[in-house]
Amino acid sequence: MTSGTGAVGAPAAAPADPLDPAEARRRERRSRWYRRDVRWSPYALVAPFFLFFAAFGLFPLLYTGWASLHQVELTAPNEMHWVGLRNFSRLLSDEFFWNALRNTFTIGVISTVPQLLIALGVAHLLHFKLRGSMFFRVAVLTPYATSVAAATLVFVLLFGRDYGMVNWALGQLGWGPVDWQNGTWTSQFAVSTIVVWRWTGYNALIYLAAMQAIPPDLYESAALDGASRWQQFRHVTVPSLRPTILFTCVVSTIGATQLFGEPLLFNGGAGATGGSDHQFQTLGLYLYEQGWVNLHLGRASAIAWTMFLILLLIGAANWLISRALRKETT
Amino acid sequence: MSAKTTAPAVPRSVHRAGRQLHGGRLTYAILILFTAGSLFPLVWTAVAASRSNERLAQTPPPFWFGGNLFRNLKIAWTDAHMGTALLNTTIVAGSIALGTVFFSTLAGFAFAKLRFRFKNLLLLLVIGTMMIPPQLSVVPLYMMVAKLSWTDQLQAVVLPTLVSAFGVFFMRQFLVEALPTELIEAARVDGASSWRVVWHVVFPAARPAMAVLGMLTFVMAWNDFFWPIIALTQNGSPTVQVALTGLGRGYIPDQSVIMAGALLGTLPLLLAFVLFGKQIVGGIMQGAVKG
Repeated sequence: MTSGTGAVGAPAAAPADPLDPAEARRRERRSRWYRRDVRWSPYALVAPFFLFFAAFGLFPLLYTGWASLHQVELTAPNEMHWVGLRNFSRLLSDEFFWNALRNTFTIGVISTVPQLLIALGVAHLLHFKLRGSMFFRVAVLTPYATSVAAATLVFVLLFGRDYGMVNWALGQLGWGPVDWQNGTWTSQFAVSTIVVWRWTGYNALIYLAAMQAIPPDLYESAALDGASRWQQFRHVTVPSLRPTILFTCVVSTIGATQLFGEPLLFNGGAGATGGSDHQFQTLGLYLYEQGWVNLHLGRASAIAWTMFLILLLIGAANWLISRALRKETT
Repeated sequence: MSAKTTAPAVPRSVHRAGRQLHGGRLTYAILILFTAGSLFPLVWTAVAASRSNERLAQTPPPFWFGGNLFRNLKIAWTDAHMGTALLNTTIVAGSIALGTVFFSTLAGFAFAKLRFRFKNLLLLLVIGTMMIPPQLSVVPLYMMVAKLSWTDQLQAVVLPTLVSAFGVFFMRQFLVEALPTELIEAARVDGASSWRVVWHVVFPAARPAMAVLGMLTFVMAWNDFFWPIIALTQNGSPTVQVALTGLGRGYIPDQSVIMAGALLGTLPLLLAFVLFGKQIVGGIMQGAVKG
């Protein structure tokens, strides 16, 4: 295809001397092809993402909405019976749904709040000039490399009632053994501990990255004004981190709404009930129980869409809060 | 010292108040404590995996390694299907990482450097898809997989996760700065087709970000939980997470073997963290500032 002339296909560099008709035609064809290439190749480059997204993201999303209006059983997923909004109205009068919603909220709060506060503190410490700073950064990130399943299996043992390390340590301090799994608050605390353990280091690194982007002269002028270290942290670091803090709040909240693996495996072999009394069953777990234990795919779809609506509400709240904050600062 | 002559205006105390401050003893003490807390459950997994089921049902719990490690690893490897699971997960996470890196680089390049209609709208759509939770698509996905008879086949977990919105956004943010537009224009003037530009200009420039994205995606795919435990089963072709879930549900009622399984499932990623920890940390922090 590449003929002798150096400037083939490059319309900008066409030589001035006259050409024989065949060569001119070839050039014309080339430049037409070139224009087409420039015009359409961007779409070809983004197409794979959107094709996969349409097939495995958008279509299922809409179809979940469609399935939520039907009675569908896992045993015969192709037989759908129209039931209208009955799957949703059933949820509203379902005590286990409200229980799961409540648990998702409380576990979300007691896992997210300490997680982000500790992460902020750790990031502050990691921001000092340290010997072995890379060791600390990699070490605090190792829980992130541990899967939900592996982490939960270990924590089940650590929180064991009779032989667990936590109860042994409490016993040394003179406190009686705690039945972590069977109490409402204790089980939710234990499940939250797993979440906090896995994600605090990750969030600390995100805060650290944002802290490194704060211009040092902000601290210098604060120091000139006589601000103490604590005041610098409060009045320089935290305000500069505000967008990042908001970002991590959103991400952690989304993660908390979807909590599934930890409560599933914290229950051991007892299925997807989230404890004998459903004391730590989350919405994600309840969806799984409805769909893949009780075989009601239509009801599971209704739960999925309800979760989506809750996420949209959180998103809207976040948008309002960040707008209010921005107004406040300007 | 030159600092004395060139910068007399800034007093020493102010420099000390800047962020170049060295960490004090208390800083180290707290960080070491926090690091110990981060590492302890992992170390104790190995301790428990080296003991016996009987020893784990005694008080106080063991604090140091016993002699049963290889016996337990062997049982986990064969009876709990951890061997198959490790192989499967390597295939799955490897394919997902390769696919995500490849497609994300293509789309990221288009969004960073090319001009086309609906570009901003499409980019907004990409970012919007990041907010969709996996629960929302799991029922139809299951129906699709059942219809195609893909249950218990690895493509059932590979294909739905082969592209990632985060990846596209990550590559775009990187390429906006790292790829000089003149370089593309120069290649264009030489008559290079789009594909040649991608292959000879974009890929070389994107290599560092591709490596980081590949590692992050691999970790995420390795640990993916919700969809694999629906699409795959313990006795078919499990991933590590499916096999571990089976163990947690009492597939083998021996705690030391369960811990050996957890150890086996985590070791490959821990090894990757020892080797590439610096790059992974860098990638997460880089993504944080830009994201």
